[in-house]
Amino acid sequence: MKFGVLVFPGSNCDHDTYHVINELTKQPVTFLWHASEDLQGCDAILVPGGFAYGDYLRTGAIAKFAPVMQSVIKFANNGGLVFGICNGFQILCESGLLPGALMRNAGLHYICKQVHLRTETTDSPFTHGIERGRVLQMPIGHMEGNYFCDADTLAKLKAEDRIAFRYATPAGEITPGANPNGSLENIAGVLSEGRNVLGMMPHPDRSSESILGSADGLLLFRSLVESLALAR
Amino acid sequence: MPVAGSFKSRWRSRYEHLHPVLPGDKTVGKDGVPDDPANPCWQIGPPFSAERKTLPMSRTINLRAMANLQAEHPTAVPSPATITPELLKQHSITPDEYKRIEEALGRVPSLTELGIFSVMWSEHCSYKSSRVHLKRLPTKGERTSGPGSVVQGPGENAGIIDVGDGWACAFKIESHNHPSYIEPYQGAATGVGGILRDIFTMNARPLAVMDSLRFGPLDETEPDEALRRKNHQVVTGIVHGVAGYGNCFGVPNLGGETRFEPCYSGNPLLNAFALGLVKTDEIFYAKAVGIGNPVIYVGAKTGRDGIHGATMASEEFTEGSEQKRPNVQMGDPFLEKLLLEACIEAMATGAVLGIQDMGAAGLTCSTCEMGARGGLGLTVELDRVPQRETGMTSYEIMLSESQERMLLVADKERAVEVLDVFSKWGLDASIVGEVTAEPRMRITQRGVLVADISNQSLTDDAPVYHRPVGEWKAPVSLDPPAEVLAELQKPRDYTADLKKLLASANICDKRWVFEQYDSMVQTNTVQGPGGEAGVMRIKGTGVKGSVLSPTEDTEKPYAAHERGLAMALAGNGRWTYLDPKLGAMHAVAEAARKVACTGATPVAATNCLNFGNPEKPEIMAQLSSAIDGISEACTALGTPITGGNVSLYNETKGVGIYPTPVLGVVGIIDDVTKSVPSSFQEVGLKVLLLQSTTETQGSEIHEFGSSDYAKTIHSELWGTPPWINLKGEAALHKALRKLADRRLIRSAKDVSDGGLAVALAESCFRKDVGVHVNLGPLGTEGSLTALFMENAGEVIVTCTPEDYGQICMLLDEEGSYWPLDLGETIDGRIEIFAGDNELVESPISELRAVWAGALDEQLAGEVVTA
Repeated sequence: MKFGVLVFPGSNCDHDTYHVINELTKQPVTFLWHASEDLQGCDAILVPGGFAYGDYLRTGAIAKFAPVMQSVIKFANNGGLVFGICNGFQILCESGLLPGALMRNAGLHYICKQVHLRTETTDSPFTHGIERGRVLQMPIGHMEGNYFCDADTLAKLKAEDRIAFRYATPAGEITPGANPNGSLENIAGVLSEGRNVLGMMPHPDRSSESILGSADGLLLFRSLVESLALAR
Repeated sequence: MPVAGSFKSRWRSRYEHLHPVLPGDKTVGKDGVPDDPANPCWQIGPPFSAERKTLPMSRTINLRAMANLQAEHPTAVPSPATITPELLKQHSITPDEYKRIEEALGRVPSLTELGIFSVMWSEHCSYKSSRVHLKRLPTKGERTSGPGSVVQGPGENAGIIDVGDGWACAFKIESHNHPSYIEPYQGAATGVGGILRDIFTMNARPLAVMDSLRFGPLDETEPDEALRRKNHQVVTGIVHGVAGYGNCFGVPNLGGETRFEPCYSGNPLLNAFALGLVKTDEIFYAKAVGIGNPVIYVGAKTGRDGIHGATMASEEFTEGSEQKRPNVQMGDPFLEKLLLEACIEAMATGAVLGIQDMGAAGLTCSTCEMGARGGLGLTVELDRVPQRETGMTSYEIMLSESQERMLLVADKERAVEVLDVFSKWGLDASIVGEVTAEPRMRITQRGVLVADISNQSLTDDAPVYHRPVGEWKAPVSLDPPAEVLAELQKPRDYTADLKKLLASANICDKRWVFEQYDSMVQTNTVQGPGGEAGVMRIKGTGVKGSVLSPTEDTEKPYAAHERGLAMALAGNGRWTYLDPKLGAMHAVAEAARKVACTGATPVAATNCLNFGNPEKPEIMAQLSSAIDGISEACTALGTPITGGNVSLYNETKGVGIYPTPVLGVVGIIDDVTKSVPSSFQEVGLKVLLLQSTTETQGSEIHEFGSSDYAKTIHSELWGTPPWINLKGEAALHKALRKLADRRLIRSAKDVSDGGLAVALAESCFRKDVGVHVNLGPLGTEGSLTALFMENAGEVIVTCTPEDYGQICMLLDEEGSYWPLDLGETIDGRIEIFAGDNELVESPISELRAVWAGALDEQLAGEVVTA
C-alpha cells in the first residue's frame, strides 16, 4: 500500500506527516505536488497542516482550486481514504468533502498547546483500532479551529455517528473548559458521509512518539494502515 | 520611442523602467549599449508553474556588454551629487566621514553612492563603535574537531558548530528593536524573518527560534498613561508579529524570555534567535566565486519599503520617530517559506556557488559583501531587478530593505537549473549581473553607471571609532535607603511576599506569549517553552562519539538514541546596569546553566548587545566592560562566541535603556532521551540544592538590592548583582551533565528571578507536585535572604532517595560542592520551613492562580492593534 502526502506552497507539516508514515508505520509514502493531478496510484491521501498558499484569504479557500485537489475529490468520491489534519481539515471542508467550516478561534489568538480528545466513534478506517471513549492527548496549533455547522448538519452528524473526536478533560468529560477554541459541541474532528474522509484540528502527526510528549496519535495512523491491509 | 497603439508599445510605455528592451526590438538603449533582442532581460513566469523548462542562456552576452562599459568609456563615472550639509545630515554621515568617502572614490559621489556609503558605514552594518571591543571576544573553543567544535565563527551570516554524526548547526541572535517600536507587528515579524534567512542562506533548515523580549511596564509602574497604552500596543503587536511570521513559516518557537522594566518604555527590545541544521559537507557561504558567473536575484520584488532601515537603527529616537514608519519593512512569511524550500532545493542541485540574503542595507550589502568575501567584484544592472513599484530610482533600489530576497552566484553553465527551481516555487528569479575580476561593485541602471565603489572601501575600510570610554560609576547607592533597611529587618508574611513576586511581570507565567507560538511543528520539540531551555531532537542521528569527553565516553556503547540540542537565552539588564561586567558574566552563566540543567553540554554562544548611544563615554564604558565580562565568562564556561549583533542608540529622548547583553547558549546532548525536565515529576523524591560556590565576595545586603524582591516589594534598586564563581559554575555544569547522563536526577531548575522560594514554587506548577523544604540554619540566620536572594549558580534537583548517595559521590569527584538536602516532594502543598519556623505555606493551587493569571490581568485593558 502506498501513501501520498499533498504539498501545497505553504504546507509546513508535510515532512512531519511523511516522517510518521515512513519512519513509524514503515509504509511507502510519496509527496504529491499541488500542481499535478497525478495521485501516482496512492491508496490513501494525507492532507497535512500548514498555511496552504499563505492562507491570507479564508483558510483553504485557494487550496481547493489546486489541480491535485480535483483528483483528491474524485478519489474520495470513489471511496478512497483521505485524512486531513489541521490546515488539511480546513481544506477538506472548503472542498466540500466534509461538512461545516472552521472559524477563527473564540479567543481570536493562535493557540498551540496539548489538549485531550475523547474518541467518539470507532466505526471508521481511522479509529477502528481505538476503544470508544478513550481519551487521547495531542497538541493543537491553529488560529482557525472553531468548528461550526448548521443545526441540520449537526443533527445528521450525530445521527450518523460521524463526530470522530471531541475536546475533553483528561478524565474524558466534555466541558466548556476543555474546549480550546469555541468549537460547536467541542467537535475536534468529523467524518464524511461515506466514512472514508476524516478531518481533525489536533495533530496526531505531532503526537506519534513518546519523546514528543505523547504517542497517542500513532493509534490513528496504525488504524489507517490496518484498514488498508484489510481492504486488500 | 514607438508611439502607436500596438500592444508592445503600450506595454513598453507602462513597463519601460522595468524592461527597457522588448523581444524583437531592434533599438539601441539610451546609454548606447545594444541589448540582445533575442534575450529579453525581463521575465514573467506563470505562478506556480513547473512548465518552463528552458531559459535563454545566451543572456550572459548582455552582461558582457554591461561589464565592458567601463572599458569602452574609461572616463565614465557616476554623475556627482550636489553635496550639502543637509544632505549629509539626512544620511547620518559626518563631515569627516564624507571626506573619507571622497578620498576612497577620488571624486564626488553620486547620490546612489552616497546612500550606499551611508548604509554600509552605519553603526548597524559596520559596527564602527563596537568593532575594536568585539575583537576581545573568544571565538574558538578548546574543541578543535568533532561534536562541539566551531566550524564557522563570526563574519558569516551565522556561526556554525559541529553537532556530530555528520550534522552541524547554524545559529545566531539578532536585534530588531527600533522597527519593533515604530511598527510592532511588522518590526517583530521581519525581525524573525531576517534571522531565519541568515540561517537558511547557509543551507541550514531552521529547527527552532526563540526570542528575548523587553517591554515597558503594563501597569502603574509606568506612570505616564500614554506610554503605558503604547506599551500595551507594543507587547501585543510584537508577540503577534513573532507568532504570525514563525507560525506560517513553520518553525517551532521555543519561547525565550520576557521581562518588563520602565527603561524599555519607548524602547522595547526584540532579539530573535534562530538555529538550523545542515550537513557538515553541505554548508553554503556568502561568497562570490568564478569570474563570469551570473549573479541571480531571487525572491520578493523590490519595493520602496525599508529604505534607510539600517541608518534608522543607528540613531536615537526623537519626537518624530514614528514618522519613520515607511522605513519599517513589511514581512510575508508565506513567501519566505517558499524561498526556504526553493533555496534548499536550488542548493541541492549543485549549481549554486554562493548565496547571501538581503537583510539590512538590502542589495547594497549583499553585493559588496559577497564580492569582498570572494575577493572579486559584482556588476548589477538594476533594470533586471524585479520591482514592485514603478519608477524606482537606483538610489531606492539599492537601499530598499524589502524582505524575503536573496542574491546568489551560480555556475554559468548551470544557471538554468537554478532558475527552474525558483520557477517551480513561483518565485521571481532574474539574472541581474555577473562576477568580475576587479573587486568592485558596479551598478548600472539602463546601462548608465550609477555606482562604482571598491568593496574594500565599504567593508574593511569602513570607519572604526575608538570612541572615548568613560569611567564607569555606580548608578545607584550601594546601601538601601534607611526606611527600606528597617523594613527588611522586620518579620514579614513571606507567603504574601511570594504571591506578590509570582504575580510580578518578570516572574509570572508567560503562557499568554508562548501559546501563541507554534512550538511543535517539525516534530522535534522535546522540551518546549516554559521550562529552563528548549530541547530539540535531531532526526536521523544515532550516537557515535560524544561531546561529554572524547577520552572517556567515545567508546561507550549507547543504544541508537537520537542526539539533541538544548538552547537558552538570558540577559538581566538590571544587573548589567548595576555592574556591566558582572551583569554580562551572569548573562552567559545563566544561559549556559539553563542549558546544563537539561543535561546538555553548553558548547557555543551568540550574543546580542543592546546599549545606548555610543557617542556618550559612559555608554561606551558599559559596552566595553560588558564585553570583558562576556569574554571572561565564555572562556571559563567553554562557550566561544560564534556570531551575534550589536544594537546601539537604544535611547529615547536622551534616556538610555539598561545596558542589555542577551546571550544565547547552545548545548549538545548525546542521547536526547536523557534530557531532564525542570519541574517536579512525582511525589516522594528528594529535593537537593546544588551550588557553584558556598562563599561570596560581596555583601549580602548589597547583593539583595539587585533582586526582584527589592524591585517588586520595595520598588527600590541598590547595591550590586550577586558575586559569581566561574570556576565553580563550570564544575556545576559538568556535574549536571554527568548526573543526567547517568539518569540520576529527575528534574533540574535554575534558581534565578525571585530566588529559591520562586524557583521551588515554579517547580511545583506544571505537574501539580508539591514540596516540603526545611532551610535549616540557612533559613534561621536570615529567612528573607534565604528565600528571595538570587544567588548565582544554584540549581534545584530532585532524585530518588536511593540515588542520593551516588549523587554526592559524583559531585565530589567533579570537584563540586556536596548538595544541600532541602526536603522532599509532597502532595498538593508548598511548605518552606526554617527549623521549626514556618516561612511559607500554601496549597499549590493558590500560588499557581496568581502566577498564571497575572499577565492576562495586566493585559486585560489590552489596546487592540492593527
